[in-house]
Amino acid sequence: MIVELGHFALVVALGLAIVQSTLPMLGAQRHDLTLMRLANTTALAQFGCVTIAFAALTWAYVSSDFSVVNVYQNSHDAKPLIYKISGVWGNHEGSLVLWVWILALCGAAVAWWGRNLPLPFKARSLAVQGLIGVAFLLFLLLTSNPFERLDPAPLEGQGLNPILQDPGLAFHPPMLYLGYVGLSVTFAFAMAALIEGRVDASWARWVRPWTLAAWVALTAGIALGSWWAYYTLGWGGWWFWDPVENASFMPWLAATALLHSAIVVEKRDTLKAWTILLAIVAFSLSLLGTFLVRSGVLTSVHAFAVDPDRGSFILYMLILAIGGALALFAWRAPLMQPGGAFAPVSREGGLLLNNLLLATATATVLLGTLYPLALEVVGGGKISVGPPFYNATFVPLMLPLLIAVPIGAMLAWKRGSVVAALGRLKVAMAATLITAILTFTLLDAASLGAAFGFALAAWLVFGALDDLRAKIGLFQLPLPRAWQRLKGLPASAFAVSIAHAGLGVMITGMIATSVLQSERILAMQPGDTTTIGSYDVRLASVGEVEGPNWIAVRAVFETTRNGSPVADIVSEKRFYPVEGQSTTQVGLDTSFWRDLYFVLGDQTPEGAWAVRLYVNPLAAWLWWGVGIMSFGGLVSLFDRRLRVGAPTTATAHRGGSAEPEPDGPGARASA
Amino acid sequence: MRRLLFIVPAVVFLVIATFLAIGLTRDPSELPSALLDRPAPDFDLPPLPGRDEHGFSRDDLGGEPVLVNVFASWCVPCRVEHPLINRLAETGIVVHGLNHKDQAANAQAWLDELGDNFTRVGHDLDGRAGIEWGVYGVPETYIVDADGTIVHRHVGPLRPEDVEREIRPILESLKR
Repeated sequence: MIVELGHFALVVALGLAIVQSTLPMLGAQRHDLTLMRLANTTALAQFGCVTIAFAALTWAYVSSDFSVVNVYQNSHDAKPLIYKISGVWGNHEGSLVLWVWILALCGAAVAWWGRNLPLPFKARSLAVQGLIGVAFLLFLLLTSNPFERLDPAPLEGQGLNPILQDPGLAFHPPMLYLGYVGLSVTFAFAMAALIEGRVDASWARWVRPWTLAAWVALTAGIALGSWWAYYTLGWGGWWFWDPVENASFMPWLAATALLHSAIVVEKRDTLKAWTILLAIVAFSLSLLGTFLVRSGVLTSVHAFAVDPDRGSFILYMLILAIGGALALFAWRAPLMQPGGAFAPVSREGGLLLNNLLLATATATVLLGTLYPLALEVVGGGKISVGPPFYNATFVPLMLPLLIAVPIGAMLAWKRGSVVAALGRLKVAMAATLITAILTFTLLDAASLGAAFGFALAAWLVFGALDDLRAKIGLFQLPLPRAWQRLKGLPASAFAVSIAHAGLGVMITGMIATSVLQSERILAMQPGDTTTIGSYDVRLASVGEVEGPNWIAVRAVFETTRNGSPVADIVSEKRFYPVEGQSTTQVGLDTSFWRDLYFVLGDQTPEGAWAVRLYVNPLAAWLWWGVGIMSFGGLVSLFDRRLRVGAPTTATAHRGGSAEPEPDGPGARASA
Repeated sequence: MRRLLFIVPAVVFLVIATFLAIGLTRDPSELPSALLDRPAPDFDLPPLPGRDEHGFSRDDLGGEPVLVNVFASWCVPCRVEHPLINRLAETGIVVHGLNHKDQAANAQAWLDELGDNFTRVGHDLDGRAGIEWGVYGVPETYIVDADGTIVHRHVGPLRPEDVEREIRPILESLKR
């Protein structure tokens, strides 16, 4: 009964979405207040309905109702409760329900908090959101019904893929989807702006909090996925340039570019068409990601079951949504008048450089992801594009971008000077130089590249701090005045420094783990000892253990350093009898300076165990760095001028920064 | 001219969409084998001690269509597909076993437990013959025709539907 209620709620949600996508749009054309206000009601009601459907499916999982095909195929009574709940979205149909639920959540959020939006604009945006809802609800109901019944009901389910039986499944997909789908709001705002033919500073201010929220969620979602892969797959790495990883990375790159270009629209009323295009592209890449995962055109560890019907449905959806949006862009965007002019060397110029490099990087990743497919289509055979391609293309694009970050943030609006910016970055430059010399001497001379990388990371961190220092006039003004300025600084000023410093911390971790990783692969008998780096490792025992729904071989590695114990690291090979599959549990010991990462492999014919031992220096910095970046995004979200629902001051900021930046570029520009 | 620039994104997307549409008609999980439609490679494997004295070599191929099943006792999917392999052999199809990177005693115990309907079994301890065949991972199953040519390759465990849709039709066509 509850299951049928869930199915029915989805049908009602579809009806509401159809109303939401048509009548408010009509109302906005005819200036009909009643029709426009209908957008709010339908968006909220649609959210309620999808919530009921989501809850019904969750209930079917928790109560192990195997008369539902989806539950039967993906669950099992002996599974721990947390995996019964997170298992709801561990499959195609269920994850699509989660997707639709988050879409409805975003629509409801715009309806609820978007009180500062002009009614016609809000009605049009919500109508576009409704249209996306119609497409996905149709897809769900027509090709991927999660509530389909099975008669007679089997006594037991087939279980969940053991790799997914991990806390990672509880957090990674919801966070990632929040990012993907959050970009639909940005997309809807861009569509509404194109229809109205108006993009200005207030549009940029409306769109910013939604982009920021989506960006924060996407950043955290990608990082969670990467961390999950790091500790469950046991390959010792954290990023594999897998097509589906790329599918989440491309919207992130585009959204990052969008965050930066929207600042230019807000402050200087220019780069408007470009910003709109980025908003379209960011969500289009999210949709493309959905297509790649669910249609089966590419092979990947993430891909869901292949079903050509679903593939063609999403492709039609893609063509209508992206093609339609880009056609609207081609028609309406040329009408937008370019705003304030600026010199190549200026804050705008810096942000434009950021955008060009990020856009090129996005295109590069897109090319690498689709190239194998394109080559196969033209009959060129099967290939896969891996890290060598990205190392040769993506990395060189990132270098100038990262070097430019602290300088760009220091440039004045309209017309700036690199020399002046560098002059204000003296402290950061000195700190960077010291880091370079230190790392170069501490590491051996062979790792020139690593020393350069660490210097680059230091440049980002110290540059970000120096930016903040310059803004409050620390060491230039008396301390009490600097303190006053610090207190008066808007949240967004802190946010920039936090996010850019986080980027530096993340890059430190990336470079350390890729360049300075030590690896040993060997066969060990219980009782054998070996060394890796400065650690002595003894394989203390290998024995069998039993879990709730698995049996495992468990190895315990006693690790010591200079004779004093460090940790007993446990690695397991688990076998799940229900699913007939095995997983690896990486033995991980994390500290500030390094991760010890031990993996138990297969037994060799001689009875020894193949083990892989890694020391990953500064690995934790990577995740902390991403965390700091996301936190920076959150801080920016709480900036006064962006607070959702705050009264609008459409023109107050135009033509320059009204923020108190006495020593910063804003003041200099207007001086 | 300026207007033209704004059409570029839509055109780029159309090209991508076309590729996606064509890509949709293909099955990405199909792995090509370098040896497909070529004569099976040369190899000469010793027997599992205690099973028989023959082993399994290139000379055992040819004369009639056969299946070559790559298996190992440490491979869980092999355990899943093995009953099906046994049933296939019971219906009169000749199935040879290529025991991949396995300890002889383990492999023999595994066959004793699950049943052994293989005609020949070769013990490929170091996996060298596997490399010659282009084995990606275990299990894999090859169809070799009466001339000793590899005509089909199945990656991963055989399921009943694979046997009905792939293996039997191909074997039927080879017999004709």
